Amino acid sequence: MAGFDFAVYISVFLEMMGSILWLLVALAVLGLAGFVYVIMRDGTIHSRRLLRAEILGVFGGFGALALMAYVTLSGFTDAGGPVDWLLIGIIWGMGLVGTTILAYAVMGIFDIMRGRVPGRAGQAA
Amino acid sequence: MEPLKTSPPGPAGLDRRTLLKLGAAGSVLAGTAGLGAIPARAQAPGRVQSNARIAIVGAGAAGLSMASRLADRLDGAKITLIDARKRHLYQPGYTLVAAGLKAQEYPISRTEQYVAPGVDWIQEAAEEIDPDAKKVVTDSGQEVAYDYLVVAAGIHLDYDALEGMETARIGQEGLGSHYMGPEAAYATWREMSRFVETGGTAVFQRPATEMKCAGAPLKYTFLTDDRMRQNGSRDKGHIIYAAHTDNLFSVPIVHEKVRMLFDDRGFDVRYSHVMTGIDLGSKEVHFDTPNGVEKIKYDFVNVIPPMRAAKVVRDSPLPWQDDSAWARDGWVEVDKHTMRHPRYPEVFAVGDVAGVPKGKTAASVKWQVPVAADHLVAAIADADSDAYYDGYTSCPLITQMGRAMLIEFDYKNNLTPSFPGVIAPLEELWITWVMKTIALKPTYIAMLRGEA
Repeated sequence: MAGFDFAVYISVFLEMMGSILWLLVALAVLGLAGFVYVIMRDGTIHSRRLLRAEILGVFGGFGALALMAYVTLSGFTDAGGPVDWLLIGIIWGMGLVGTTILAYAVMGIFDIMRGRVPGRAGQAA
Repeated sequence: MEPLKTSPPGPAGLDRRTLLKLGAAGSVLAGTAGLGAIPARAQAPGRVQSNARIAIVGAGAAGLSMASRLADRLDGAKITLIDARKRHLYQPGYTLVAAGLKAQEYPISRTEQYVAPGVDWIQEAAEEIDPDAKKVVTDSGQEVAYDYLVVAAGIHLDYDALEGMETARIGQEGLGSHYMGPEAAYATWREMSRFVETGGTAVFQRPATEMKCAGAPLKYTFLTDDRMRQNGSRDKGHIIYAAHTDNLFSVPIVHEKVRMLFDDRGFDVRYSHVMTGIDLGSKEVHFDTPNGVEKIKYDFVNVIPPMRAAKVVRDSPLPWQDDSAWARDGWVEVDKHTMRHPRYPEVFAVGDVAGVPKGKTAASVKWQVPVAADHLVAAIADADSDAYYDGYTSCPLITQMGRAMLIEFDYKNNLTPSFPGVIAPLEELWITWVMKTIALKPTYIAMLRGEA
């Protein structure tokens, strides 16, 4: 087997998703940037906000699996071997991490805009 | 079960956003495998200056892919594609259409979308190939002289060789034939879905000639079975699979696996049955068998006709000249490792029309084209190429909706898994199905553009 070429992956993903690929890459980058910004601004990770984001992330993981099943015309009994469970884990994990980061960033920016510190509701920052 | 009219649920109105979030892992893993792990493009050295005239007969998967590759590697060459067909058909999608999993439009796009910049496309059929005079004549009489010729003229579905067969009746009274095109595949789905409801006897077969994707007849048998199981009507159906030889697949280890699965599904397998004709009135398929002619009644049949090289090729001096079946069916004589014609060294053949031992599939195209292109460019540059095609081909062999086996093999009948230890070749897996349903087509289209 010949080696892999990152540019080929890009072209395959472009064929699959069109220019929306770049929009989604931008969304992921913005989500991450927001996450980093909120942490820098707060100077810490607020555990309560993180916990809320993680709870949303768990649902995001299951949402990712449901959507994957939908787009691939699959059912919930189709996993046939170890690699399938690995893939399911990866998809769930990606849904979890993506949703958590995005949710934390959004909640953080919301808190910053309202001048709130999570965990001490009502107390001004 | 309602036959699918337009877009089936799911990917038709594909929410592409979900794919980035969800599909990335599976697709990265899987997307590269179905057509074979993607080779590095970076092998291509600098562009070669040339004013060579290159004619490519056929603008299907192989012809378009070849044109894109050559346009990428040559500077100044005159590359001419010759094909009258305006529609481009993604043939790996036919099985999905015929099983009601994708809409009739799913395989259809326009050839012009994939013609590389700088490539001329003569929208006429090639009528004659004269390799002695080094020219191709189109059906309007236009002569295209060439220095190098790539034959990618594809396959002729020889329905006329089946006595009593009428393609106009596909989609009526239990007659299906999902190879003929998207419309026939959809018509076959209508008949299959009717059969799933009513039950009876379904007959599946494959021709005794070389054929496109030898896995498709098997897949379609599995899918019909699964549709019946999901509908709760499997006990009403008797499923017969007529194999043309004493095996179900030419690769022995795959045959054994499929034999076990067919046994598990309760299929009635008849070996050494070669279809010779059909009686559409009495609904009987006629087979040539070691015990003489056998007639099998059907309520649903998926006819897969004998396949031969395109007529323009059969009528030329390019096919094998011995007394083999390959010569009779007109497959182009080529070196199986370089795709180069031994008698006409400026001629190459790629894709279905090439007379090589294995694999008339998109995966074969994907691996043949870079090799042939490399040898052609080397010939122009007066250099040598060590590019070598080992017969690799692959088939995501669907065994039920939601699962498939990723079968990859070479000329020697060796299994050549792209991801050994990760994606097991003879295991029914969801990941292979994921690949087939969402990642294969983008990979294929990237291949047409010379990007994969």
